[in-house]
Order: sequence, then structure tokens, then C-alpha cells
Amino acid sequence: MMKVHVDQDRCQGHGRCYLAAPELFAADDLGNGREIGAGPVPAGLEHQAQLAVANCPEGAVAMEETS
Amino acid sequence: MGLHDRVADWAKDFDHTDEVWAADPYAIWDELRSTCPVAHSERYGGVWLPTRHEDVVAIAYDTERFSSRSVVVSKFRAPIELAPVGTAPPISSDPPFHKQARKVLLPVFSPRAIAALEPSTRAYCEELVEQLRGRDVVDAAADYAQHIPVRVIANMLGLPESDADMFRRFVHHVLEGVSLPIEERVAGMVPLFDYLQGHITAHADAPQNDLISLLLDSEVDGRKLDVFEVARTIALLLIAGIDTTWSAIGASIWHLARTPADRDRLVAEPELMPKAIEELLRAYAPVTMARLVKEDMDWNGCPMKADDWVLLPFPSANRDPAAFADADDVVLDREVNRHLAFGVGIHRCVGSHLARMELTVALQTWLAAYPDFELADADAVRWSEGQVRGPRALPLRIRA
Repeated sequence: MMKVHVDQDRCQGHGRCYLAAPELFAADDLGNGREIGAGPVPAGLEHQAQLAVANCPEGAVAMEETS
Repeated sequence: MGLHDRVADWAKDFDHTDEVWAADPYAIWDELRSTCPVAHSERYGGVWLPTRHEDVVAIAYDTERFSSRSVVVSKFRAPIELAPVGTAPPISSDPPFHKQARKVLLPVFSPRAIAALEPSTRAYCEELVEQLRGRDVVDAAADYAQHIPVRVIANMLGLPESDADMFRRFVHHVLEGVSLPIEERVAGMVPLFDYLQGHITAHADAPQNDLISLLLDSEVDGRKLDVFEVARTIALLLIAGIDTTWSAIGASIWHLARTPADRDRLVAEPELMPKAIEELLRAYAPVTMARLVKEDMDWNGCPMKADDWVLLPFPSANRDPAAFADADDVVLDREVNRHLAFGVGIHRCVGSHLARMELTVALQTWLAAYPDFELADADAVRWSEGQVRGPRALPLRIRA
């Protein structure tokens, strides 16, 4: 199972993750990106998740395999 | 503006307010990137110009060695005693003060707060395009783009829209009057601060549901902001919120006017808009920021001196072939686009969500009303000078 995660120390609130993949990320009250729930990436949304990772100007978004 | 000597050597004596730069800075940056990636000039008391993506990012992240206390290059530098607050917090602030000053503004400019402003922005854009109906040639910069951000920010702040001309004059003075003598530079800022003081006092007496009242009610460092601090933050929002977005809207329309294939594609495939917006922001990023070197140092072989300026040309970083495939091509459906139009690091543009919304609505409304348009006179297009770049005259022939 793939999961996404936003590193809150690096996130500066560009919003590129929740623009690229609104199913996986949402903005908090300050505009910072947060993964929704525990960040699971449902089948069919892998490409969006990759785009969120690739488009973060701060390199704050990661995707990893979890058991 | 004729206030400086013309530039002959861009690597050793550049001037970012030169008319050659204003007309086409990309050729200058491309050349420097491959021959002298960090240019230097003795003008303005010493300025460095990194042109590569990698170097711009490294300096933007390095708040230890580079201060933000002044971010517009001129002959005047805010004294070191003004750090970490700077002249117009939070854009001029350094850590640790910066974070608290920024936190006051972030909720007001969050995506949720900005989404609430979209309907009124759209209605205003529609009103503007309707006013142009029946005309053959219009100026998309002066008749359309310039009005949108000034109206939105005035409404957010709680200032009368009818004062828009004064706001634009002030912003023009701050951003493009950088070669003026210091006395004129300061004198040009006085009328706006006098004006703001009146409005701030009125808001203090009778709070409103707007940004001025919110600022008056905000605490930074455990105390309320005083009138002058509120005024400086309002001035910042005017400077940062008007010319920048005006420039992005104008440059995007300019691109579509001279690239009919992109224009037609965006009309035919409106779902492409989010990616196209990011690509237009990458290719025509309006804003170049600046930093001040804190102490003498060797930076990657560059002998930087305390109080040297460093320009951060985000639009040059965005055209670096080491960071972007086909960097000089506008690819409307570019999928991977880690552009720096809104900067990078702790000073990410606070208004980026607002700017993106305004740019999207402005383009959608324009294309819906005028899907067929072209440059009426390419030679009549005029660009702003200095650190915010966008068309200030953009005559278009429109066919409804």
C-alpha cells in the first residue's frame, strides 16, 4: 500500500499538493498541505500522488510503500 | 527612466532597471547562466545576480547569511538595526520574528478564505470585459489587467476602490523609482502613509470586518501592532498585491495573443486551465526579490560584502534548463513544474492563492468573452521596469 505524507517542517503552503491531488491532500487554516487521514493512496490515484511529490517546490511531499 | 548609465557589460555592470532588461531579460539571463552564472555590478552600492535555479534556491533558503530587511534594490538599504522586523513585515523580516508576523496574514490568504472571494472577482472581471464590447482595439494591461488586483485587495483591506489610482502611483514609485535620490524616494511614500493613517485611525474607532481591523486586533510578540506597523503591512499588501498580479495577468494574455495555438487550445480545453496557469506562472513569473548580505563572506567563489544586494530572479530560475525540460518553451500541459514564481522557503508569497485565483478567473473571463484576439501593434507593448515585470501597455485587436 502506498502512502503520502507532507513534512510540516518543510511545507511553506504553496498548495501544489492539494491542487494536484485534492483526493489525497487538503489545506489547513494557514494554507499548509496535509495528507488526508493517514495518507493512503487508493488504486488509480498513484499518478496524482506522484505529481504532488514532483511539484512541491520545497520537496516536502513524500510517497512511500507501507505494509 | 534615463537615471542611469546604459549597460554595456551584463556580467560585470548590470542594471536590472535598464530598458534592455525590461524589454527582454530572458536573453540576458540565458547568456549569463552559461557564461557567468552569478553576475555582479557596482551599481546600487553592489549587487549580485545569481541566474541558476540551484543558486537562487540556495540563497532563498539561507536566512542565516542573507537578510530580507530590504527586498527592493535601490540606493537605500534598511539599517541592520531594523532586522529582524524590517521595513514591511513579514516580507522584510528575518527569523525568528518572521514567523509570527506571517502567521497573522496566512489565514486571511488561505485557499478557503480566497475561494470566498472568487464570485465577486468573477463578477468584476465580467463587468470589465463588457465595458470593452464594441471596441476593435483595447489595452489589456490598462483597460483590464490592472483593475482586477487593485479592486480585490482594496476590498480585502477595507479601503475605497475609488482610490485605486493613488495605490498604483504609490506602488509604481516604490517599485520603479529605485534610482531616485533618497529624499525623493522617501518623499514619494509620504502621501500614502498619511492617507493610510486616517483610514487606520477610523478603523480603530469603528472596527470593520476587514483586514485593517484584523491587523489592528493582531498580536505579534505578545503586543498589539501600532498604527505605523499596521500601515507598513498595508503598504506591503498594496505593493505585493497589485503590480505582481497585474503583471501575471497581462503577461499571460500577451503570450496567448502572440501564440494563437495556445490560445485556441485553452479555449477548446478549459480543463487544461490549472496546468496552464502554473506554466504561465513559470514562464512569465513577474517577481524578482532581493536580499542583503549579512557579513563579508565567500559565497561559492563570490566575494560578497556585508550590505551587498543579491537579486533573486525567480523568473530566471524558472527558465534554467538544468531544472526544467524545454525551459524556454511554454508547454500548457506541463505536468512536472516545480516553478518558483512565488518564491521558495519561508518567504513563499503569502498572496499566492489569491494571485492564482485572480489569474485563473481573469483568463477564464477574458477567453469566454474574447476567444479571438491578437497583438494590435507588437511594437507598442511596453513592459514595467525593475523587480516586477509585466506589460503596462498591451494593445490587442479583439473579435467578439
